[in-house]
Amino acid sequence: MRQSFFARNPSVVIFLCCLAAFTLVVSLLSEGAGTGFISTSFIKTLGKTLCLCLIAVAMDLVWGYTGILSLGHFAFFGLGGYMIGMWLMYERTRDIVVSSMANAQIPPTEQEVVDAIGTQIFGVVGSSEFPLVWAFADSLVLQLAMVVLIPGLLALVFGWLAFRSRVTGVYLSILTQAMTLALSLYLFQNDSGLRGNNGLSGLQNLPGVEASQAVVSIWFLWASAVALGLGYMLAAWVVSGKFGSVIRGIRDDEARVRFLGYSVEGYKLFIFVLSAIIAGIAGALYYPQAGIINPAEVAPIASIYLAVWVAIGGRGRLYGAVIGAAFVSLVSTWFTGGQVPSLDIGFYRIDWVEWWQVILGLSFVIVTLFAPKGIGGLFDLITDRVRPDRHGADYGPDKGSFQEAEGRE
Amino acid sequence: MWRILAALTAFLLLATSPEAQETPVQDLLAQNRDLISESSRRTIGPAIDAIAESGLPEAQVVLQKWQNREMWLRESDGMFFWAEEIDRDTLRIFDFDTGDDLGEVPDDDFDQIKPNSGIRALIGAALVRFQLTDPNPARRRDALQAIERDAEAAHLEPLRASIPDEPDPAIRAKKERLERLLTISFDAYEAARLEAIGDVSGDISLDVRGTLNPLLQTRRKVVEGEIPGTDNVARQLTPGSDALPRAEAYAMLVDADMAPARVSDADLMNALTANIDGALVGGVPVAQLNTIEARERAYRALMAEDIVPPFVSEEEIDTALSTHTFYDSYLERSTAVTDAAEDAMTAITRNVGASQAIDLTLDALSLASIFFLAAIGLAITFGVMGVINMAHGEFIMMGAYTGYVVQQVIPNYTVSILVALPLAFAVTFAAGVAMERLVIRWLYDRPLETLLATFGISIALQQIAKNIFGTQARPLTSPEWLDGALVINDVIGISYIRIAIFVLALIFLCIFLFIMKKTRLGLETRAVTQNPRMAASMGINPDKVNMLTFGLGSGIAGIAGVAIGLFAKVTSELGQDYIVQSFMTVVVGGVGNIWGTLAGATMIGFFQKGVEWLNPSNTLAAQTYMIVFIIIFIQFRPRGIIALKGRAAGD
Repeated sequence: MRQSFFARNPSVVIFLCCLAAFTLVVSLLSEGAGTGFISTSFIKTLGKTLCLCLIAVAMDLVWGYTGILSLGHFAFFGLGGYMIGMWLMYERTRDIVVSSMANAQIPPTEQEVVDAIGTQIFGVVGSSEFPLVWAFADSLVLQLAMVVLIPGLLALVFGWLAFRSRVTGVYLSILTQAMTLALSLYLFQNDSGLRGNNGLSGLQNLPGVEASQAVVSIWFLWASAVALGLGYMLAAWVVSGKFGSVIRGIRDDEARVRFLGYSVEGYKLFIFVLSAIIAGIAGALYYPQAGIINPAEVAPIASIYLAVWVAIGGRGRLYGAVIGAAFVSLVSTWFTGGQVPSLDIGFYRIDWVEWWQVILGLSFVIVTLFAPKGIGGLFDLITDRVRPDRHGADYGPDKGSFQEAEGRE
Repeated sequence: MWRILAALTAFLLLATSPEAQETPVQDLLAQNRDLISESSRRTIGPAIDAIAESGLPEAQVVLQKWQNREMWLRESDGMFFWAEEIDRDTLRIFDFDTGDDLGEVPDDDFDQIKPNSGIRALIGAALVRFQLTDPNPARRRDALQAIERDAEAAHLEPLRASIPDEPDPAIRAKKERLERLLTISFDAYEAARLEAIGDVSGDISLDVRGTLNPLLQTRRKVVEGEIPGTDNVARQLTPGSDALPRAEAYAMLVDADMAPARVSDADLMNALTANIDGALVGGVPVAQLNTIEARERAYRALMAEDIVPPFVSEEEIDTALSTHTFYDSYLERSTAVTDAAEDAMTAITRNVGASQAIDLTLDALSLASIFFLAAIGLAITFGVMGVINMAHGEFIMMGAYTGYVVQQVIPNYTVSILVALPLAFAVTFAAGVAMERLVIRWLYDRPLETLLATFGISIALQQIAKNIFGTQARPLTSPEWLDGALVINDVIGISYIRIAIFVLALIFLCIFLFIMKKTRLGLETRAVTQNPRMAASMGINPDKVNMLTFGLGSGIAGIAGVAIGLFAKVTSELGQDYIVQSFMTVVVGGVGNIWGTLAGATMIGFFQKGVEWLNPSNTLAAQTYMIVFIIIFIQFRPRGIIALKGRAAGD
């Protein structure tokens, strides 16, 4: 007798309910709904946080469930943002150009409009020609497709090359880091065609939309929430059942799974590409709320922070990743925003804007050392989830989780 | 006005003065008196030339005194003297002919000749010929330098004349070389120039290139039909080629009045706008003018009414281009000279290319040694112990800041560097040991989490450095004896700091090899690396060995930090810039093998410099391509260039 998916995974139901409740409450309290308890900028922060939660879910799929510590997922996130950003920027500039040219005595030709858009967009990098990568920038549908396709394709090529040559463990981590570094260095060039270090800006303005930012921010909050809900369900569905068992098996002992006849590379590649696509979608929702994207966003440090969120939240459980991303990124915003009063300890005045990074770094070390399950581990205390008695040190969900013998040394 | 009067009076005085001595010098000066006293840069030339070319033995003295503002004119008789000012009102005058002291006189009657800096430069150029034979070698060298800076045809003869009597072999060589260059530029005889060009062929010095390049200057010309035989043609050009784009070629024709100007898009638009007649332009509705074709149609309609200049169609442009010949013509008339110069330049270009290759190799080596220095500590912790230390970059940074702090305390740069090196080692050794004891040893079985935990330490250390030292870059000044560069020729040169870093890298390689192969610690480290349990049963304490090894790796990172700080700015992000490259170096080279790290650093250094050479304007691209290359390289050699084999390879 098969139970339904939700019956087998009650945490998904609880999560979706919480998410829906959160979104509803926030929407009702927002400026867009007229009550104005929460400012529009904070609504945007919350919406962005939901996107970060979504990429954390993707990261958890790759790292917590499959054991691939990818330090390059923000490359996919950024690519997704760039893809949607190209359309937003093109269309918005087009609106501006067309309205300014409407005053001319002689109507402009199609080519003149495109040239003027090019001059507007690429003037900052001393160019006016549209590079090849902008070929589809005038079509929302194609750019939306590219949000999924480009990160997916990059992940497919990179993953295929890496998994095929059996690069594993820390080597793979460093290689993914190199990938995102290469991408960010490439994007930093002015002739990369994506405006170099200026990045794409003005993305918060939706072309052809008259509504105020207060309302638009609610739309994006909802869109992010829906994406997170769907992404969470997809991830939960993927990791439940047989497929989930196999990828967890790969995490715990890759060689054994291979000897059992599974195509380890195929499974890893699937998860890697899937998570890259989820990351791309998250990025495409994030950057219109942030308003600007530049190559610094895909610098290696961002992806490492992603790993930090997931580790603090608790990897190997999807809600852990979401909690970690939401908690750490919101607390980071709080501390670095300068809203926390400085602490005077007699001989020194601790300014939290300066010392927050130190606390984050050290707390991360402490979590790694003493609480490998992260915040999500707290839920084990409330639920009756009893962990199997393995008579050994518990290493958490990682390469060593079943290796009690080595652990006792 | 009064000046003319003064000159007139002087002339009269001269004519009547019984004291006037009729000597050649005074004659000469008298002839040029007006010019000299006028002291204008534009007109003074003939006067200087007259004196310099007079062949009089006193000419040099006159010019020198004149240049030094020591020449005075006696107003009463127009005689020139050189004089020393005794005090405000008294002069001690000397005769130009004899050099005799003529005694002290009041200066009422004397006018000082005050040449401005422009004139003094002209006099200096004229003096060169005398200086070339000056008994003082320093003067002769100065004169040669002056000629090099500003060569003239007039210098050639005196230079040649001065060569046979030159006693100093070094100066003689210089003179002969300069004579060759001047011959190329100024000799009247073509054969002599050709011979001189042949002599310098292949010489890559900047001065040779500077001499040959003007010979090869060209001017772009266009004629109708055939090229006139009087021109020394460098090359014929086809319109539409890379060297001469079509638009540029037509613009030349227009500039030469050989073709009607093309109506530009802007002109077309202006013409149309100016001729809007209600809602129509040339019979075409304004609203329809949003295509090129419609606009052309409207313009042609206006053209038919003779309101606007004629429209030049693409076919007409092609016809015009095909009936004309475009070519580059040498400014130099002689074909033989330009041919010889071209040949010489080809040889020079080839030699310059070879030198550049050597220079690039040196650059690449120095980059490789920087990578090696940054990576060698990592090669120990990651390669030998299998521990990923993301805080390695921060250890490099700590070393650099240690150097900076030491320089604040000890002002002598040489001493401070010598103190900083061991101190940086001590500081980072301690930090490494502390980190190993507190964090890493709990995580030996969980490499991925080591990565994350050390990353946590890395961001904490970085922020702490930022809080202490601020965000602005701190200078780490190298001692004076490391300033400057070793220059081999005009192309090859390498700064001493880079040589020092190269040497440092070699020293570290030796130290590492010594420790690993010859000491107890090395033996124990290798044993623990290969099989910790077996090593433990042999009486080796793995905890202690791990701790010391980690400390050693971290300490070397600190020393590397001092070295890197000498040429890079010390900021809290210093380490970050090197961490990924360092990991790449270790991974590409092959984990667990110092020779692999060396090979990896060399390969990455050479590859990066190679890409930079292909695309010099873009170092970002070089880094991008390097990383992509490494990702692909890992495909073919997943375990690096030098892979461990057998049991030592581990998993």
